Amino acid sequence: MADIRTPARTAVRPPGGTAGRRAGRPPAPAGRRARAARATAGSGRMAALLVSPTLLVLSIVVLYPTIMALAESLYGPKGLDPRTGFISSTEPFVGLRNYADIFGEAGDRFWNAFWNTTFFTVVTVALETVIGVAMALIMHRALRGRALVRAAILIPWAVPTAISGLLWRWIFNSNGIANDLLGRQILWTSEGFQAKVAVIVAEVWKTAPFIGLLVLAGLQVIGKEVYEAARLDGAGPLRQFWHITLPLVKPALLVAVLFRCLDALRMFDLPYILVGAQKHSVETLSMLAQHEASNVRFGPASAYAVLLFLYVLLIALAFVRLLGTDLVGDGGAGGRRGRRRGIALFRRTEVTA
Amino acid sequence: MKTRVTRAFSSVAALTAAGLVLTACGSSGDGGSEQTGPASFEGRGPITYVAAKDTTGTVQPVIDRWNKLHPDEKVTFIQLPTDADSQRQQMIQNAETKSDAYTVLSLDVVWTSEFAAHRWIDRLPEKEFPLQKMLKPVMETAKYRDGLYAVPASSDGGMLYYRSDLLKKAGVAGPPKTWAELKDACAKVRKLPEGKGMSCYAGQFQKYEGLTVNFAEAVHSAGGVVTDANGTPDVDTPAARKGLDFLTGSFRDGTIAKEAITYQEEDSRQAFQSGRLIFLRNWPYVYSLAQKSKVAGKFEVAPLPGLNGPGASSLGGHNLALSSFAKNKATALDFMKFFTSEQIAKHFLQDASLAPPYARLYDDPALVKQYPYLPVLKQSVLRAVPRPRVVQYGDVTSAIQREAYAALNGGKSSAQALTDLQKDLQKVMGR
Repeated sequence: MADIRTPARTAVRPPGGTAGRRAGRPPAPAGRRARAARATAGSGRMAALLVSPTLLVLSIVVLYPTIMALAESLYGPKGLDPRTGFISSTEPFVGLRNYADIFGEAGDRFWNAFWNTTFFTVVTVALETVIGVAMALIMHRALRGRALVRAAILIPWAVPTAISGLLWRWIFNSNGIANDLLGRQILWTSEGFQAKVAVIVAEVWKTAPFIGLLVLAGLQVIGKEVYEAARLDGAGPLRQFWHITLPLVKPALLVAVLFRCLDALRMFDLPYILVGAQKHSVETLSMLAQHEASNVRFGPASAYAVLLFLYVLLIALAFVRLLGTDLVGDGGAGGRRGRRRGIALFRRTEVTA
Repeated sequence: MKTRVTRAFSSVAALTAAGLVLTACGSSGDGGSEQTGPASFEGRGPITYVAAKDTTGTVQPVIDRWNKLHPDEKVTFIQLPTDADSQRQQMIQNAETKSDAYTVLSLDVVWTSEFAAHRWIDRLPEKEFPLQKMLKPVMETAKYRDGLYAVPASSDGGMLYYRSDLLKKAGVAGPPKTWAELKDACAKVRKLPEGKGMSCYAGQFQKYEGLTVNFAEAVHSAGGVVTDANGTPDVDTPAARKGLDFLTGSFRDGTIAKEAITYQEEDSRQAFQSGRLIFLRNWPYVYSLAQKSKVAGKFEVAPLPGLNGPGASSLGGHNLALSSFAKNKATALDFMKFFTSEQIAKHFLQDASLAPPYARLYDDPALVKQYPYLPVLKQSVLRAVPRPRVVQYGDVTSAIQREAYAALNGGKSSAQALTDLQKDLQKVMGR
């Protein structure tokens, strides 16, 4: 996850940086406006030139596959010729029928996956936020053995999802530790609500540290003097947290939540490995797309992927708006950067989804 | 700022739409060339052998032996993940891009039809392979529409593992041949002090390929079919219902423990080895592992039971196929002959306990001494009915898993599940 994110973020930093500096500059006096405009135009061209390789790379690795997926979603599966027994070598053009089928015939399955995806996203991100913030506060405290606590909290996040899926499958085995501790036999990996719970527990365990990490970074830039002033004014710890820590850490927290939402929306490996494929109760949109693709129906698979992409895009845009408006309030620079990063983000998700 | 963002998006959308039209025009033009001429096997040189990751360490030595004999036609072993779905996916990707990276493919027996129908693999000359020496049901898995598209390399059949010590103590004469006898034997064993709290029977009932295997076995063992001789679905029958009823009824009356709905091969093996099970349906690989466990010497194997007599197993195993897009096919054909020869099959049986396709090896006294289950396995394979051999196997198996699971989980009556399954299968196969 981290290795994908890093290039995306660094790739977008140049435009964000220049834009931010420009926006942050005080308005030029009237007499110098013309010269300033010329300079801006010049630096704008320069910026465009500098950014163009990035844009080129992005269009090759992001735009092209997206367009291909959109095009592919208009083709149906290859037909079987009953006379020869061979599959025809071309896919028939079916227009929007794949989409019509998704909302018609396969509607139940699609909406079930849609609600599962949404349910997982809302529940896991909410839990992760609460636990993640708590973790960050603990990690932030200057205790003895702080390094150890930090490392311990971050370990789940460092475990690859597939491995943690296997790990939790053992824990949730019918004779596993979870049932031993609970003192009753719950069949976690069978169809039913308990399967959802298993996925949520494993997902929260794995990714709460991620929110913790980003929030910790936010906590560390809050100056000590703010707290000192609050203490002098007689604010208790709870009041300090609510009125100082939370508002100041909010930009970082929002970015973390956005990351997590986009990640959770394309959840695939954890339910697939922990509970299994084709389980109604945990099937997500990504799993549906994978199921179609694995049965060599790339058209319908692309249609599912496109719908997921649109859903992710919608959520990302909503967040970018939220982030943007919020951050513009305390300085244009942050707002711009936040927005750009948000856009880069949804681009990333569309590739990996 | 907002308007700029919106404008950027609308222009991207416009671009996307334009690109869409372009690509649509582009891809509708090509293709359409249907040619099914006899495959020619020409060219000699290096090739690749593509199979699941070899955990037994027995494949590379065989390839080394070939490479020593044919220094100019070296074979490189490409190992794929152990998980069957990812193997299939990588092989399909290779075929879809018409890459020549893969030459000889090790296919799971149920993939033959799909790969043949897509023309991802070549039709093979039947005369070149000693098919008459192989067990008939095994050989059938390598065929598609009367053409040979693969060569059996290994086989596998389900067997009934049973606690011979407890059966003897309870006064049961021998392993059960029918489901009724199985339930009787359980009732007697459970009356023993040692048998208290034990589960009677288990197979693999988690929603995955194992469920398809177990469902097909139940249906076939009751005299039903999933698809008939012409490959047409015919599962909504009284016979098939009796088969499924055995499983659902067993879940209801406790013959099969509730937790078995989460069992895959390994979970059920663990349950048997820890002494929680009297009867277990599983593959031959369990035999040597169970002999190292605490039930060592306390169990034996028998053919699967059925409704009115011995049951019918599903078939496992792998077949070798030749990728249509490969180079050096003459070498590949020779290598396939070498790799599927009786001598090599014997080697794999001895060193990796892979069930051979060759009938004679099952009766070899030395081998029977090494693997006492071989005569039982031979019966199992001979009476086996392969899982549906259809092009859309992926859809067929998911439909089976969906309906069988709903029936076992108590969500549906078995009659309803079979009616729905019949409808699903008809839709999938378009007839």
